[in-house]
Amino acid sequence: MIFSFNLFINAIVSGILIGGFYAAVTSGVSLAFGILDIVNIAHPAFIILGSYVAYIVNASFGFDPILTSIVVIPAFYALGAAIYQIYYVSFEKRGQESLRGLAFFFGLLFITEVSLVLYFGVDYRYVDAPYIGPTWHFGNIDMPLRILVPCLVSLVLIAALELVLTRTFIGRAIMAVAQDQQALRLMAVDPVRIKRIAFGISIATASLAGAFLIIIQPVEPSVGREYIGRVFAICVLGGMGSLPGTVIAAMLLGVVESFTATFYGPSWAPAVSFGFLLLTLAVRPAGLLGR
Amino acid sequence: MTDANTELLQVDNLGKRFGGFVALENISLAVTAGERLGLIGPNGSGKSTLVNCICGTLRNEEGSVHFDGRKLDGLRAHQRTHLGLARSFQLPRPFVSLSLIDNIRIPRLYTVAARGHSHAASDVEERCAALLREVGLETKARQRPRDLTQVEMRKLELARAMASEPKLLMADEAMAGLTPSEVEDILALLVRLNEQGVTIILIEHIMRAVMSFSRRLVVLVSGRKIADGAPNEVMRDPEVERAYLGQ
Amino acid sequence: MRTPAFLVICLIVAAAVFATAVGVGNDYVFFAGYVVLQYVVLSTAWNILGGYCGYVNFGTAAFFALGAYSTVAIYKLIAVSELPHVVPIPVLMLIGGVVSGIVGFGMGYLTLRLRGAFFSIATLALAVVLETLVVNWDYVGGSRGAYVIRPEELPLIGNYIRYLFLMMLLLAVAAITIARLIEHSRLGYGFATIRDDELAAEASGVPTLRLKLIATTISGTLMGMAGAPFPYYIGFLQPDSTFALDYAVNSIAMPLIGGTTSWAGPLIGTLLLGTLQQIITVTISSAVNLLLVGCLLVLFVIVAPNGIVGLVHTYLQRKPEDFVGRRRVGADAAGSLS
Repeated sequence: MIFSFNLFINAIVSGILIGGFYAAVTSGVSLAFGILDIVNIAHPAFIILGSYVAYIVNASFGFDPILTSIVVIPAFYALGAAIYQIYYVSFEKRGQESLRGLAFFFGLLFITEVSLVLYFGVDYRYVDAPYIGPTWHFGNIDMPLRILVPCLVSLVLIAALELVLTRTFIGRAIMAVAQDQQALRLMAVDPVRIKRIAFGISIATASLAGAFLIIIQPVEPSVGREYIGRVFAICVLGGMGSLPGTVIAAMLLGVVESFTATFYGPSWAPAVSFGFLLLTLAVRPAGLLGR
Repeated sequence: MTDANTELLQVDNLGKRFGGFVALENISLAVTAGERLGLIGPNGSGKSTLVNCICGTLRNEEGSVHFDGRKLDGLRAHQRTHLGLARSFQLPRPFVSLSLIDNIRIPRLYTVAARGHSHAASDVEERCAALLREVGLETKARQRPRDLTQVEMRKLELARAMASEPKLLMADEAMAGLTPSEVEDILALLVRLNEQGVTIILIEHIMRAVMSFSRRLVVLVSGRKIADGAPNEVMRDPEVERAYLGQ
Repeated sequence: MRTPAFLVICLIVAAAVFATAVGVGNDYVFFAGYVVLQYVVLSTAWNILGGYCGYVNFGTAAFFALGAYSTVAIYKLIAVSELPHVVPIPVLMLIGGVVSGIVGFGMGYLTLRLRGAFFSIATLALAVVLETLVVNWDYVGGSRGAYVIRPEELPLIGNYIRYLFLMMLLLAVAAITIARLIEHSRLGYGFATIRDDELAAEASGVPTLRLKLIATTISGTLMGMAGAPFPYYIGFLQPDSTFALDYAVNSIAMPLIGGTTSWAGPLIGTLLLGTLQQIITVTISSAVNLLLVGCLLVLFVIVAPNGIVGLVHTYLQRKPEDFVGRRRVGADAAGSLS
């Protein structure tokens, strides 16, 4: 491999940018798994769903994918709330979430992915937007807008989520539910309703993340699978529910992946995130900024 | 083998933290073989945490625990059970997919057998049934825990702890929410157990039961031990009155 | 029923199955049957860790592939040496099983101290890491794949596919017998306590980590053994298809649909689902097939958590959990229900 400073700097920059995007992708899982202990391994499938929604609207009407994804947030929220309700009644209430709840989400992952294959086929889909082509140059540093824009909007999303979790009543109720459901009940707040809202928010983030994804790269149904490892690796490394931790872990992973792809070749890329995950679980399950 | 005056359990300067919260600080305690010790304190004072640390369910950051002459640090919970420590859980945790008699069988299969006292299978069966009889549950031997009432679940919880043939049993709030006659039942059970040679630590809120059962009383408040002695003296201690009784 | 008796009955049934298959006279029976039998082993193996202990393994494909690629590695090794070209399948199964077992043990050692959810996610990670390693390892063909030439005829049995079918049949019998043996032993009780309440299990003296490691190792070994003959079956081994998530979803769906608390569940689930899948794949498409599996999984998990075995027993007024932890000696004379 030929080491050049240029390559090095650009690898770092692109790693950070993509890391911002990864943080948005993971935010839903940080909420559902990190805070509420719901192991939704189907989350990447919902992101792909978001990508396809953005694709359809963009292909048919030319609307901007990010704006589209914001408009459909209520639909994704409703989907999330409905799924949680089923999950709660069927599994959480009966104490079956560790085996059957997990299998449930795994089944959902499959159903979503295969339905998309049946409906759209396995061709790669992409969207058109004015910021997808151009690249900004700062000296030797290249920042493709198609990654920069999603990265920036992702960071805004994360900041908004963090504000909601720390400043609003619902947000703090969500944090409280994770710690002491009994106390919440005593305050006449229904923990199930809070968790339903939280899970709805979690899936709503998938809508946005899906739009970001299809802006950054062409999408086909099985792309979601690469993200399962990434998402959980970042969530665990980031300290399970700490949004700032998620951002740091996401950027770290982004940089490592970027280096691996640049200097060793892209065929090793999937192993990076999953390897990260295994390493984190084996060595420091509490994450970097661990609870 | 410990004779009557050796310290069976020795807790030295035990400390436990959860993040920034100090659950237990500088707890030192000694329990003689055959003793009946009562452990009381307000809610959240760290009683269950102490039990968890002694049993190995939680790891204490500071201090050490010695049992029957052996240092327990680093030993996992099941190893401590093999050595003769047993506990019942505050909220009963039965094995829901097994019948009552199978619940009792587990400690026999895994603890008693591990000590090298293997019995013939039919003998095991009889001993399990006998244990259920002691707690009055033998008619429900083939049923599942979900068919039990609250009281019965607590009795099962105690019976399961007893099934491991412990030297020391920690009963964690086994009587909460029971009627006075049910409390008497459990108390009688524990006294019988003690008479058979089992050392008992009773963690309770029901003062009447604690006072009648304990030969020695230890008081925990906010993670610290504030009193340790004969029950009547401890109850007259002004600090105990202030912290626990006389709000 | 004592285990030796059970084993004999299974072998008799197996012999009948083989004889019937030969009688049909169409090799397709062997090809399709092999896949079903393979899944019997995979789902029974999965259930030992998943159904009995409650730890979900998403990485069935990883252990399966370890067995398959061990065979490929040996095949390539032998091809350049002077040794006879055909290694008997049982030997390959043993080797594949050992490799998988070791990896299973290692992975368990790293992750079983953590909560079940972390273990499950780690198994997913393992599958991908392994696949990436294989794709980049040219010795076994890398992403291009590896050809394995199937030997011709064998004396007595007939063509090679019949031999493979027979081997898988015997492995299936072994897997089911092992599962049943575990259920009726002290190990089975221990597994059940881990599933029900690990904390209480520890407090009762159950060495939970050791038992979980045993379960993971047995499960991984059986999966590796199921994978060992696969290169000979398929002729051309590709990482894509070998590591496919299909293995994971099937080995989870079959026990959950059939019933997780006994050895009969995975068997029933596999026979039903496996046959259904063969039909759908051939008549409609393999994508619809996967959709169906996913839907059935979700449906059963919500509506019939104890699977078909559970439904049958509720219908017969008995409880399906009776199957777990039946005593092997003694008290049958006491006239007990369980």
